[in-house]
Amino acid sequence: MTATGSSAPGGGAMPDLALAGFAAALRYAGLGVTADRVQLFLQAVAALDPTLTADVYWAGRAALCSGPDDTARYDEVFAAWFSGDRSHGVARRTPQTSVQAALDEAAEGSGDGDRTLKVSASTTEVLRHRDVAELSAADRAELARLFGTLRPKVPVRRATRQRPSHRGDIDPRRTLRAQLRQVGEPARVHYRRRGVRPRRVVVLIDVSGSMRPYADSLLRLAHMMVQQAPRTVEVFTIGTRLTRVTPALRRRDPEFALRLAGDVVPDWSGGTRLGEVLKVFLDRWGQRGTARRAVVVVCSDGWERGDASLLGAQLQRLAGLAHRVVWLNPHRGKRGYEPVQAGIVAVLPHLDDLVAGHSLASFAELLEVVADA
Amino acid sequence: MNAVGSAGELAGRLRATGYLAGEGLATVGYLALALHRPLLLEGEPGTGKTSLAAAIAEALDLDLIRLQCYEGIDASQALYDWDFPRQILHLRTVEATTSDAAVEEVEKSLFDERFLLSRPVLRALRESPAVLLVDEIDRADDEFEAFLLEVLSTYEVTIPELGTITAEVPPIVVLTSNRTREVHDALKRRCLYHWIDHPGLAREIEIVRTRLPEVSERLAEQVTRSVQRMRDLDLLKPPGVAETLDWTRALDALGADVLDVETAAATLGAVLKYREDTDRVRESLDRLLAS
Repeated sequence: MTATGSSAPGGGAMPDLALAGFAAALRYAGLGVTADRVQLFLQAVAALDPTLTADVYWAGRAALCSGPDDTARYDEVFAAWFSGDRSHGVARRTPQTSVQAALDEAAEGSGDGDRTLKVSASTTEVLRHRDVAELSAADRAELARLFGTLRPKVPVRRATRQRPSHRGDIDPRRTLRAQLRQVGEPARVHYRRRGVRPRRVVVLIDVSGSMRPYADSLLRLAHMMVQQAPRTVEVFTIGTRLTRVTPALRRRDPEFALRLAGDVVPDWSGGTRLGEVLKVFLDRWGQRGTARRAVVVVCSDGWERGDASLLGAQLQRLAGLAHRVVWLNPHRGKRGYEPVQAGIVAVLPHLDDLVAGHSLASFAELLEVVADA
Repeated sequence: MNAVGSAGELAGRLRATGYLAGEGLATVGYLALALHRPLLLEGEPGTGKTSLAAAIAEALDLDLIRLQCYEGIDASQALYDWDFPRQILHLRTVEATTSDAAVEEVEKSLFDERFLLSRPVLRALRESPAVLLVDEIDRADDEFEAFLLEVLSTYEVTIPELGTITAEVPPIVVLTSNRTREVHDALKRRCLYHWIDHPGLAREIEIVRTRLPEVSERLAEQVTRSVQRMRDLDLLKPPGVAETLDWTRALDALGADVLDVETAAATLGAVLKYREDTDRVRESLDRLLAS
C-alpha cells in the first residue's frame, strides 16, 4: 500500500507512516506493540480496504491487541488518533501511589552509603522480627535489602508426563526401542516415573487503607516469588477493585517492578470490599483455572465492612477450587490478637493455614508454608 | 480450497453452514486466510470459538483436524509416534523368514511410513489444505507452546528417521483459549487475535433460528431473551450461546411451544450448571420470563 490513492478514515491521506504512527500511539498508551506486530498490522490493512475505517479498525485490533484488557484502550486510542486530532495523543496514566512515596523514602535512605555498613548483625536480627508497619524510612531501606536473603521455593505437583527413571513403571517405548537397537534381542528394561511440575501460586494482596503499612512489603515479597517462578505465580491486588500486577512484577529490578505495579493499581489505600472483589477474582480468573489446584495466598486483615457472609461464601468457593488456601494476616503476629472480626470469622472455616505477616521472619515462614503446600 | 475474496464473502459462506459471524470476526477470519496467520480466539465459554473452526472447515470444504490440549501434552501426542509393537512384530517376522538379512536394511524397513502414527499437527501439515484446531491452548504447558510456536512459524516438522515434512499450503490454524493462564506473548505475536463476546439479542435469536429451524419463532425468541437476562444476573457461570441452543433443544424435545414458568423450571438444568445459579434464577423466574 502506498500513500497515493488511499484515503484515511478521516478523509486525509493514509500512508503507512500514519498507520505506524497509530501503532506508536498504542505503544505509548501501554499496549505491547512490537515491530513484527506493526508489520502484521500493515499487511493486514493492505489485505483489506485501507479506505474503510472499519477495516483499519479490525486489522489493528487483530494484529496489535493481545487480550480483552487491551481492546478498551485500543478503542480509546483509535478514536483519538483517527478523529484527526493528533496534537495530544493519549496521556499515560500518571503515577501517584503510596508505594511510590514509600520507595522514594527508601531510596533516600539507601543513598546514604555508609548506612548498610553500620548495621550490625544484631540489628539485622532485630529487624527481622520488627513489625514492618512501625519502621522508619531508613529501617525500611535496610529491610528492602534484607528481602534479598529470602529464598522462595516453588511448590510442586506431580506431572502428567512421565520421565525416565531408575524406579517406577516399565517404560514400554524405551524398552522396545532398546530392543530394536539389538535387532529384537531382549535388552535392559527401562523404567519411567511421573516427574514434578511447579504448582501454580496465586497471591492476592489487600491494598486498602487499613493494610497500607504492609502493602509495600507484601508486594516486595510477591515480587520475589514471581522472580522465582515467573510462569506459575500470579499476583493480584484487591481493594475496591481487582488488579492483576503479575506483568509488572516480572521485571527483575524490585524498585522498578514495584513502581510499575504502583502505576497499574488504581485503588491504593481505598476502602475494602473484600467479598465482592474476591468474587470478581473467582468469576474472572479463579474458576476458569487460575485458582484450580493452586496455592492461594490471601494477604489481608479481613477487615470487611458490612455483611461478611458474601466473603465467607467466596472463600468456600475458593477452597473448593484451590489446593490450599493460606491467609496471611499482619495482626495475627501481634500479642493479644484474637480472630474475632466478622470478616476473619467468616473465612476461618475455609482456610488451610492462617499465618502472621508483619515481619521479615514471618514472611520467611509464609514462604515455607507455600513451598510445602 | 476455494479462495475467499473478502470478509463479506467469508461471512456469507459461514452463514451458509449455520455460523453467524459478526463483522469483526469475519474480518479477522478473512485476514487469517489471506495472510496465512493462525487465529487466536478468546472469549467466554460457549460463545462459539471451537465451532468457528468447524464452520470454516465446512464452509471451505476442508477437513477439520482437532488437537485438544491438556496439562502435560507433549510433542509425541501432537506430532507423531512410532508404532513400537508393530515394529517388533515386523522385526520378528523378518528374523523368522530370512536368515541373513542385512542389519541396516532391516533397520531401515522398521522406520517405514506404515509404522508412523500421525498425530493431529503432522496430519494437518501433510493433509493441508486443512483446518487445524488447537483447542484450549491455555491448558497445555509452556514447553508445548514453544513447540507449537516453532511449527506455526515454519509449517514444517522434522522426523529424524524420515526427514523434513513441509506443508505445501499452510493449514488454516485456529487456536482457542479460555484464559485460565496467559498464552505466551511470542505465540500471540504469531497470531491474529480476536475476543468473541456474547452476541446481541437479535443476532442470538437469528443463531437459534438458523441452527434449529424446526423450533417456533416465538420459543426461540423467548428462550434467547431469558438467557440474555440471565447473563445480567451475576451468575457463577453465565450461559453461553451453546446453552441457549441446548435449552431450546430440550424444550423442543419436550414438545413445548412456549416458555412458561413451569416448563422453564423443569428444564433449567440445560442452561445452568451450578446449584447456586439454579436457585437464584428460580427465585426470579417470573421476571426473567416477562416479555
